[in-house]
Order: sequence, then C-alpha cells, then structure tokens
Amino acid sequence: MVASSLLDLIGNTPLVELRRLSPPGRHIYAKLEGQNPTGSIKDRVALAMVEAADLVPGQELLEPTSGNTGISLALVAKLKGLKLTCVMPDNATPERRALLELYGATIVDSPGREGSNGAVRLAQEIVERDGRYTMLFQYANEANPRAHYEGTGAEIVRDLPRVDALVAGLGTGGTLMGTGARVRETFPGAQIVAAEPLPGDPVMGLRSLEDGYVPPILDVSKLDRKLLVSNTEAAAAARVLLDREGLFAGVSSGAVVHVARRIAEELPEGSVVACVLADGGWKYLSAPFWQGAEIDEAVLWW
Amino acid sequence: MSVIRIPPALRSEAGGAREVEASGATLRELLDDLATRMPALGSRVYDSGKIQPFVNVYVDGEDARTRDGLDTPVREGSTVILLPAMAGGC
Repeated sequence: MVASSLLDLIGNTPLVELRRLSPPGRHIYAKLEGQNPTGSIKDRVALAMVEAADLVPGQELLEPTSGNTGISLALVAKLKGLKLTCVMPDNATPERRALLELYGATIVDSPGREGSNGAVRLAQEIVERDGRYTMLFQYANEANPRAHYEGTGAEIVRDLPRVDALVAGLGTGGTLMGTGARVRETFPGAQIVAAEPLPGDPVMGLRSLEDGYVPPILDVSKLDRKLLVSNTEAAAAARVLLDREGLFAGVSSGAVVHVARRIAEELPEGSVVACVLADGGWKYLSAPFWQGAEIDEAVLWW
Repeated sequence: MSVIRIPPALRSEAGGAREVEASGATLRELLDDLATRMPALGSRVYDSGKIQPFVNVYVDGEDARTRDGLDTPVREGSTVILLPAMAGGC
C-alpha cells in the first residue's frame, strides 16, 4: 500500500474478533480506531470538519479538546497550512499535551475540575472576543457524524455480514449518531448502544445544573441503550483487553468493551456485536492504573 | 426503598446530602416521593411530568430516557443516579 498523503490513510481501520472476551456463541468485533495516523478515531472527524469548512492557508483554528481531537486537528492543520490553538482541561495526561505541542498546536488551559464543559465554555469566550479564530466545534458540527456515517459505519456494514448491536463511547455523540445511522440502514434491527462515563464528584466540580451541556449533534432518541460505566470498570476492562486479547486500548475502549460484553450476554446465540475502540492505550501510559493502582475518578477520561 | 445519588450541583437542595432515599415502583413514583419530601430538589429534576433537559436520570446505571422514561420500573434496592448533562469527547 502506498499513499501520497498521510491524510489518505485516515479510516479503513480493521475489525478484529474478541474471541476470548465474547460470551459463548456470541461474536464481539472491535473496530481498531487506534490505527488511524495519529492513533485515534478523531482523525476522521478532524479531516471531515476541516474539509467542510473550506479554509485558506494561514487561517487559525481554535478548538476545545482534551486531547485526541486536538492531535488529529493538529495533523490536518499542519498538512493544510493552518494554525491551531487547543483549549484543554489542565489535568489532561502529559502525553496528550506533549503530542499536541510536538504537532505544533498552541495550548490554552481550562480548569480541570470543569472537564470538557469548562474547555467548551472558555473556547467560546475566546472566539467571541477574537475574530481571527474559527472554531470547528465538534459538538455541533454536522461533518462530525457525517464522517462516521460515510466512514466508520460504512466500513462496518461492508465488513460484517450481520450486526445485532453497535456499541461506542458517548462523547460528542458523533460516532454513535453517524455510525449508528449507517448500521441501522443495513441492519434495521441493530441496537445502538452508548457507553457513557460516570463522572466522579470532582469532575462535576462546582458547576450548577445550568452549566450542563447536551451536544447539538446528539439526539438521545436515536439510542436504544445508554449505560454508565465508572472509571474503575473502564480501566479494569482495558486491562482485561490487554491481558486476554493483547489489545492495548484507551480508557473509553475499556468502557465500550465492558458494555459490549454485557449486551452480547443479553443477545441470543449467534449474535454479532460491533464495538468501536476509539484509541490505543499509548496516550494514557502515564496513568498508574495500568500498574494496578486505582484510576483517578477526578478525571474525565473521554 | 431506593437510594438516589445526588450530584454536587444539586446537594444544596438536598440539605447537603450525597444520597437520599425514596420509595416507588416506577421512576415517576420515586421522584414524586422525593419531590414531596424535598420540593426544591424535585422541581430541579423534573417539572410538569418531564425530566428536566439538563438532567440525566439513571436507574441501575442505565439512562431512563432509553428505557421507559418516568415509567421505568424501579426495584427494591435499586440505585438511581442524577447527573447534570455533560459534554464528553476528547
């Protein structure tokens, strides 16, 4: 395989059966989004949003992101001659921060205790007062779910003869909305299942209810199930994924596999569960839970 | 009785409690019971027969909106978690 640009290598990720983690008679397939050029599913979103925005070289992008989207945008921005500033919670892992800087992005810190909501709020304030920035804003950008409809979802229905459930992590809602719509077109009976992080008290911080945020691209009525997964459950599943299948994946992938196993157990024999593993474990390597320590509940990991 | 976990943003309406108990066979009955005993908290969570848009209510770890909404059955000993809607996604 030869590509003329790294951007041409975004998407077309493989699916692998998790034979050791599938309940007897059921088949869980994991889509390995960590194999995208910067190591996460967000490469798809970043490329789709930048291309839809029709920017000219020299324009400046600003995006609230705790890591993956920023790193993906940084790659796309670099190859398209754009500048990028990322607003991110100050407690994001050092690997993600370092990677962003290496790719050439500028970082603005938002309070870690306010999580993604805090980064969104600060980014919106900056864009309002400084006209040089364009915010692609993955939470409201239709190119986000479209990237998954045309990419992630289309690849799953091309590669699997049957899908009874699709499980993905809930963040912006882009993966679930786009992939779910495409999967359901081909397999109308498929359940669309969200694995959602259970935020610890410190993550919710001092915010009031009015600071709550529902991403505009997320339509909860399109989901069949929406299950909370604690950081502890997600980290334990990420360890099991590594120990049993040799698959080194991130925290949200642990949560997704945790839910996929539960859903697979509920479905009849012969059922196929497709799950989307958003990234590899590399960007979380500094987190002590890999060595068996308790995972930090004060961080929103995805 | 079921345990209802209260997020930090709503604890002032719950007298500072992290969890409260309430009874009911469905989520509606449970929240009605909660609203009777803690009216300020009840109205923040649901109003005019609907769960407030920026509140997510989970029965045994699953969002009530993807189950039967306020008609979601609640078992004896169930845990109900209230959470503010939050953006995730890195």
